[in-house]
Amino acid sequence: MLMVLGYNIGPLLAQSVLGMVNGAFYALLSLGLAVIFGLLNIINFAHGALYMLGAVVSWWLLTYLGIGYWPSLVIAPILVGAFGVVLERTMISKLYKLDHLYGLLLTFGIALIVEGLARNEFGSSGLPYAVPAALRGATKLGFMIMPTYRLWVVVASFVICMSTWIVLEKTSIGATLRAATENAALVQAFGVNVPRLVTLTYGSGVALAALAGVMAAPVYSVNPNMGSDVIIVVFAVVVIGGMGSILGSILTGFSLGLLEGFTKFIYPEASGVVVFVLMIAVLLTRPAGLFGKAS
Amino acid sequence: MEISRRSLLNTVATGAAVSALPIGRARAQAKPVFKIGVMNDQSGPYRDTGGLTSVACAKLAVAEFASLMQGYTVEVISADHQNKPDVGAGIARQWYDQDGVDLVLDVPNSGVALAVAGVAKEKNKAYVNSGAASSDITGAQCSPNTVHWTYDTWILAQSTGGATVKAGGDTWYFITADYAFGKKLESDTTALIKAAKGSVKGSSTYPFPGTTDFSSFLLQAQSSGAKVLGLANAGGDTINSIKQAKEFGLTMDIAALLMFISDVHALGLDVAGGLHLTESFYWDLNDRTRAFTKRILPSTPKNYPNMDHAGCYAGSLHFMKALNSIGPAAAKASGRAIIDAMKALPTDDDCFGKGSIRADGRGMFNSYLFQVKKPAESKGPWDYYKLIQTSEPAQAWRPLADGGCAFIKS
Repeated sequence: MLMVLGYNIGPLLAQSVLGMVNGAFYALLSLGLAVIFGLLNIINFAHGALYMLGAVVSWWLLTYLGIGYWPSLVIAPILVGAFGVVLERTMISKLYKLDHLYGLLLTFGIALIVEGLARNEFGSSGLPYAVPAALRGATKLGFMIMPTYRLWVVVASFVICMSTWIVLEKTSIGATLRAATENAALVQAFGVNVPRLVTLTYGSGVALAALAGVMAAPVYSVNPNMGSDVIIVVFAVVVIGGMGSILGSILTGFSLGLLEGFTKFIYPEASGVVVFVLMIAVLLTRPAGLFGKAS
Repeated sequence: MEISRRSLLNTVATGAAVSALPIGRARAQAKPVFKIGVMNDQSGPYRDTGGLTSVACAKLAVAEFASLMQGYTVEVISADHQNKPDVGAGIARQWYDQDGVDLVLDVPNSGVALAVAGVAKEKNKAYVNSGAASSDITGAQCSPNTVHWTYDTWILAQSTGGATVKAGGDTWYFITADYAFGKKLESDTTALIKAAKGSVKGSSTYPFPGTTDFSSFLLQAQSSGAKVLGLANAGGDTINSIKQAKEFGLTMDIAALLMFISDVHALGLDVAGGLHLTESFYWDLNDRTRAFTKRILPSTPKNYPNMDHAGCYAGSLHFMKALNSIGPAAAKASGRAIIDAMKALPTDDDCFGKGSIRADGRGMFNSYLFQVKKPAESKGPWDYYKLIQTSEPAQAWRPLADGGCAFIKS
């Protein structure tokens, strides 16, 4: 069998496919964070909790209303996104004029409350969520057997990420959004309702997190801790990619999933820190991140 | 520190001038208060295996023993150690030094457990561990201030691991949580496999806590060619490992070396059915365990008690029996005296039946090998286990001489 750096190519390929699955979640989550930071200048620490809420809502829809995975992909992000809109209107919007730190503290507090309530209600062992019937079973890729659902996660999240990027970079809505980021007062003078734009952006970022949560539900158990497990890595992704850079966060998300996957294969003990080692290296050499513009 | 609110109120009620009253007299008028501090994971992956149900169990023991307390009262407080040894040791220090805690109880997570054992010894206070697994607690790192009540890695290896080896599983691959517990469980099981002329093909040691995706390790296990996947982890990690093993269609036998009934509940019988596991308590084992479960359930309706919880109940009960036997004054003076009294007294409670505490602090009770029922075999809520084998204390636990406990030799 073909060898790369002393390792068989088969297992390496398999690990890279698995890494892409985690990378897909990193990309989806960091994308939402980047959108929110780009426009609102808010470091949204509640992102992990809202991702968890997406999974919990889809579990709740299935258990109590019999609404399955496919409708949940739409309903759960809308519900959680609406919750995000309420958060933005009632609390976060009061902080735009203050330092980043206040937004960070507020959203961190919101995360602790949401996660604490979920833990109280559901415990920490996790709630089972079955893979939808259409995606059950496994697909043979030649070098490995891959659960079909995980393949779907990689493909779906890639499509969602690229669509978001196209909307932001290639459409007039995206252009308005980016303009409002640069100079809100000027855009307002053109007759655009900037506060509403900001609220909807926060809602959309949150909905993206919830969508990632729904997709994660069948892979990991629906667990109140699932957000806090992933959020720190996702922040590292955003920092490495460059705060606020959309394409940067997508590419970095997938790449770091790969990097983590290889580390799990070569030296698993380091898989928890490899992302942060890279983050330190990037901050030392390119403080604005790989794709960020130095201000 | 010893002037409690109640003693002050009593003093005021008798009309004496508080400022002029010598502290000794104030103390003599009120019963001394002993505090049990339940320390465990209340927010992370081990919340359901210990957590607030452990606190409820300690409180139940105190409430039931209240009429038998001879000249003292007992309070229960609790804290979350977040699976961090430094946080756990810090809480223990504050509890023993400032908050008047006399017994630290539960402490799952072997890393935290060993750190707290050091603090208890330094402060000469009592420490009953129910939740942690490492056999080092009564072995290489034993302490005269520690009782290890419920189970340890040695018995998990012998019981679950032994049954797997006997059934023909002679080649293993481990997925191991990277801290004191996982490593000890792997090494205890490896010793057993090698003694049975089997071999270990490899292992993946993953960062704890914070790992949720085990697929990479499962794939490596599968390609190692080993017959058995040994899970040297616990709680949420075990649940995720087993779920993902099924998702990837792993063809190996799974030996979940440490599994609690709450893990089985979270997995569901369709996934967990057929697995073997070891506990020293099961709620539906006999009339006494069922009676205990009936009493505790009103306080923990969503979480049936497992052996860790049962150990918190039984450990608290035995602690109070020891207080009765040496008296409050001697007990306040020395935690080691309390632990010595616990070792001298035979144990008897609804959860573990009759047993004893060995000189090295090892709780000596029956241990049970169970098989998880298939969905069709389960007749009601939480009816999950079939009893496969009962091990008597003398056969079940690691022989005293093999533990390497230093203070036993001296």
